[in-house]
Amino acid sequence: MSETSSQRAPGSGFFDGLRAALKSIFFYVLLGHYSGIGALSYEFGFDPVWMVLCTLLIWAAPAQVIVISTLGTVTLIEVAVAVTLSSVRLLPMVAALLPMLQREGTRQRELVLPMHLTAISVWAEGMRLLPGVPKHERIGYYNGLGVGLLSAATLASAVGFYLAARLPPLFAAGLLFLTPMSLLMSSVRNTRTLVDGLAFGLGVVVGPVIAAQKIGLDLMWTGLIAGTAAYAVHRIREATT
Amino acid sequence: MTATMAEIGPYLALILVGFLPNEVWRVLGLVLVRGLDEDSQLVVWVRAVATAMLAAVLAQLVLSSSGALAAIPVVVRVGAIGAGLLAFVVLRRSVFAGVLVGEIALLAGATLWGP
Repeated sequence: MSETSSQRAPGSGFFDGLRAALKSIFFYVLLGHYSGIGALSYEFGFDPVWMVLCTLLIWAAPAQVIVISTLGTVTLIEVAVAVTLSSVRLLPMVAALLPMLQREGTRQRELVLPMHLTAISVWAEGMRLLPGVPKHERIGYYNGLGVGLLSAATLASAVGFYLAARLPPLFAAGLLFLTPMSLLMSSVRNTRTLVDGLAFGLGVVVGPVIAAQKIGLDLMWTGLIAGTAAYAVHRIREATT
Repeated sequence: MTATMAEIGPYLALILVGFLPNEVWRVLGLVLVRGLDEDSQLVVWVRAVATAMLAAVLAQLVLSSSGALAAIPVVVRVGAIGAGLLAFVVLRRSVFAGVLVGEIALLAGATLWGP
């Protein structure tokens, strides 16, 4: 990019974000993972339009797996509770993201689309890339990134639906494995500060331990315990140096 | 309280028990942080909480998988993650190489020790 930010056309942030989405490993990971989820919805008897809407509206893979696999068998209230519990992470993600996007005079409605586009993949890439984007272009950039990645997921959920009947189970398992693995590696690569690295490491260890206690709300407790511990270490180090 | 999808149809069910209970967290995040500065201590803490939750989601996806992945033994899943991570570190921190090696390890392990 040779031109300065003042000469750039409005909306160029959006296209930069779209390009960043195409270059992101998550674009390809989501293609794989969401074909797996599309195949799942075929197995549970939903139609392809429903599956595409499910991705566009929910845009959170764990919640979608819950909806698809339980909607036909348990009561609606149980599905709603399970989805609510699975999506707590979206609150701190949106809360950590928005201060990077907003500046003086940013209107609330400009933040509605970035809010809805926030999912693990978009958030992780956004937190990595946004510091290098001029502040006035960040909302457009993040929207471009989110629309790019959501498009990959939506397309793949439709394709997976049609492929489902022909997909060998082992291949389907491989597709579903793409997401945790690429998340792990991109998180390790993107960790720049002590507090984020510690929070990630503690979360991996504390998460399964708390989940095994079966006390419910395990993701929320993990986040609060591991996140606060990492933050405390960061504060103590700052105080002593 | 005991209503099921059969009574209201799949589309209304998707909105009521899929979209709304998920979106409420995003909306709360938006409402709660209006006007906060990105360097404020509260935001540093919130980011740590979000990162720890993400790590826990990842651990859950690997340890207690659902769907087709559940058929593969947990030892193979964890071993494949380890192989991928090793490749990632050795091969100049390339996420692509790490993912590729991890996938090959998963498929090889599932073929050897799978159901």
